[in-house]
This record gives sequence, C-alpha cells and structure tokens, in this order.
Amino acid sequence: MKRKILVLSLLISAFLLVFNSTTFAAEQEEDKTSFIMHHVKDSHEWHFLTLEHTHITLPLPVIVYSGDRGLEFFNSSDFQNHETHAFGEEYAHEGYFIDEHDHLGRVDGASFVEFSITKNVVMLFIVLIVVGWLALSAAAFYNKNGAVAPKGAAAIIEPIVIFVRDDIAKEAIGPQYKRFVPYLITLFLFVWFGNLLGLIPGAANMTGNIAVTMVLAVLTFIITNVNGNKDYWKHVFMTPGVPPLMLLIIVPVEIIGLFTKPFALMVRLFVAITAGHIVILGFIALAFIFESYTIGVASTLMVTFINLIELLVATIQAYVFTLFTAMYIGSAVAEHADADH
Amino acid sequence: MDLITPGTGLIFWQLFGFLGLLFILIKFAWKPMLAALDERESSINNALKAAETARNEMANLKAENEKLLAEARLERDIILKKAQDASVKMIDDAKGEAVKAGALMIENAKAVIETEKKAALADVKAQVAALSLDITDKLLRKNLSDDKSQKELVDGFLKELKLN
Repeated sequence: MKRKILVLSLLISAFLLVFNSTTFAAEQEEDKTSFIMHHVKDSHEWHFLTLEHTHITLPLPVIVYSGDRGLEFFNSSDFQNHETHAFGEEYAHEGYFIDEHDHLGRVDGASFVEFSITKNVVMLFIVLIVVGWLALSAAAFYNKNGAVAPKGAAAIIEPIVIFVRDDIAKEAIGPQYKRFVPYLITLFLFVWFGNLLGLIPGAANMTGNIAVTMVLAVLTFIITNVNGNKDYWKHVFMTPGVPPLMLLIIVPVEIIGLFTKPFALMVRLFVAITAGHIVILGFIALAFIFESYTIGVASTLMVTFINLIELLVATIQAYVFTLFTAMYIGSAVAEHADADH
Repeated sequence: MDLITPGTGLIFWQLFGFLGLLFILIKFAWKPMLAALDERESSINNALKAAETARNEMANLKAENEKLLAEARLERDIILKKAQDASVKMIDDAKGEAVKAGALMIENAKAVIETEKKAALADVKAQVAALSLDITDKLLRKNLSDDKSQKELVDGFLKELKLN
C-alpha cells in the first residue's frame, strides 16, 4: 500500500515536472518562476500545457454587468492574441479588455461588475458536483435500503458524517449540536474535496483563493451571530467579572474579536493551501532555475514528499475550519457563559 | 486577479454555489441520512439491550436448571438409599425366615426319624423274637425235649436284651 502511494506520487510529480518543463521550453526568456503565481491566482482561462508554441487551454466565459450596457457574455479567447494566447490591453473586444495580469478592464473606464466563470469558478462547480453527487448517492442508499450497514458512496460519506457529528459538532457545540450538523458536514466536505482536488496537477487553487474562504468565513460569522444567545451578547457588551471602567477597553476588544474569528478562518485556509501550492511549484521551479538533472531528481523527490504532506494539510485544514466553526457556534449557543473570563 | 483581493465573480458563484449545495444537501442528503443513522444507532442499541436481557435470562434459566438438577440428584440419592435399605432388610428377613424354616424342618425330620427308629426297633425286636423262636424251635426240635424250660431261658435273655 505504502509502495503504491509512493509510486503514484512519483508519477504525479513526474507528470507535473513534464508538463511544466514544456511551459519552460516555450518561455525560456520569461521569468522562470512567474508560473507559480500564475497558477496560484485565478484566471479567465484554464491553461493546461504548452507544447512548443501550442497552448492547450480551455477558454472560459466572461460575464459582465454594467449599468449602461446590461448583462454581457464573452469568451475569454476574444480578448487574446490568437497566436501567443497572451492577454493585453491591445486585444480589446467590444469595449472590454483583459490585461497582462488577468484583470478585466473597460476601455472607457466606466464601472462594471464581473460574474465571469473563471478557472476557480469551474473548479468550484467540479467540487460542488463531486460533493453533491457523493452525498446524494449516499442518501439514495439510505432511502432505498433503510438503516442498514453502508455500502458504496454511503460507506465513504458515512464515516465523515459520523466524525463531524460526534467528534466536531457534539464535542464543540454541546447539547444543541443537531441543528448545525448539516452545515458542518457540507462545510467539511466542500473544503476537504476542494483541497484534495486542488492537489491534482493542473487543477485550480480554489480553496486557496481568498474569495472562496471569505464566503465560507462570512457564512460561519452569520450563523454564529444569528444564533448568539443572551449569554453570548452579554459576554460581548457587559463582560462579566470586569470592573466598569475596564469595560471601556474590553468591549471594543470583544467587538473586534467577533470579526477577527471569521477573519482568522478566512486567512488560515487561504494561506495554508496557497502556501502548499507555492512550495510544490517552487520545488519544481528549482529544476529549471538550475537547469540540472541532479536537482531535477532531487526536487522531484521533494515534490513527492511535499505532496504527501499536502494530503495531510488538506485534511487538517478541512478539519480545523469545521472545528473552529463549530467552536464559534458553540460559544454563541452555550447556555452558561463562563464568568471567569 | 490579485492574490489577496477577492474577485466579485468568484464571491458571487461561491456564495450561491455553496448555499445551493447546502440547501440541496440538507433537504435531500443530510436529513434522511442523519435520520437513518439515528435509527440504526437506536436499533443497534436496542438489539444490544435485547441481547443483554436474553443473556441474563439464559443465565437465570441455567441457574434454575442446575438447581433443579441438584434437587433431582438429591432425591435420587435418597430413593436409592431407601431402596438399598429395603432390599437389605428384605434379605435379612428372608434369611431369618429361612433359618427358622430350616430349623423347623430339621426338628420335624428328627421327630420322624425318632418315630421311625422306634418303629424299626420294635419291628426288629419282634423279628428277632420270631427268629429266635424259630431258631430255638429248630434247635429244641432237634436237641431238647422240654419246650417249656427252653422258652423260659429265651425269654430271660430277651428281657435282658430289652434293658439295653
């Protein structure tokens, strides 16, 4: 089993190496590490590989809404040089352009809102489909067979459901945990599969995008504060056991604390996943910076190693995000606020 | 598309995509699944409890059986002992009776033998007497002329004989 995993990871890293080496063959003149940030950020197209001068990419829809022109649909390839696949202000199309940094802009500078299906949005859809399909097939099993021993998708999902319910929700929230279990399970599965699928070579860094983690953190923030009981708010605005004068300092700190909790959630997941991707790609880039086979072999081994660590990180981060969400909810619904702090 | 600037498009899709997933899964996946899990857990608990009860009942039953068995064994021993005593007594009785009957029979036989002996002796005496007479008769016919003096002599002998 261990040997299989090792071989598989070696193959994956070899694949990564090969597909990035072709990138470098074509872009010898460019900065040899620019592909790292390009991968980590969102993009209007999904670039898979470059063979000599042929770019294999998936052009994605660009959706724009502006007050004066309404909703408009374009294809990201409309804004590209057809030879080099480069974006640039000079390739403007119907008043819009995508610059070299993959930013959508409007030629006349008027304001607009963008709803493009970017690379991360596609990745998001894939994760939603995978998670939704797994969960629904698991549920279909129970609807069909009743309360029997699980099989198939149910056997994959059930341990996770029980883990989230018993070891996260019940532990961190307390007697009222049942209401929050569905949200926590969905959150765990979404983050976990997002992290894992993001590790596939060529996939997008979706859970390492701050917009994605922000939305999840904001949902947790809303759920926590909507469910906050009397004790919770009393703890914030009339912290028990604190002299009245000290409340002038403590209350602002508590109020800031309400927002730092989801902020920490947002940043933690974003940083952990993005850093992982950067480290893996950084080791791959070493081979091209030094242009040496020895370093190539060494960095491939390191990439394998980091990939294994990233599998761990993917799971830990999903666990931590769900656990902290459960703890914040738990502090909001706890019946007896602790008077000591 | 900067690293730490959230893109509006991604926020929009993520918010509605995730909320959509959440509501679909709550309605169609987690509710039936959590209900099924609860049901299964409670049925497992019930089954375990039932097994525990059955085991206790079995143990009780076994203990009761053993008690019954011990009682039966005790009873059997008592019965066996009684039977043994009875048989010993019977044998003793029979032996005693047999001894008595034997003694009686021996007594009877002795009496009969005595009677028979006496009869035989009387018979023998009579025969001896007759034979003696015959003998004397023959002797006297040949040698004696006086029967009377001879018979007196013989009777005198016979009387002496009787005294023995």
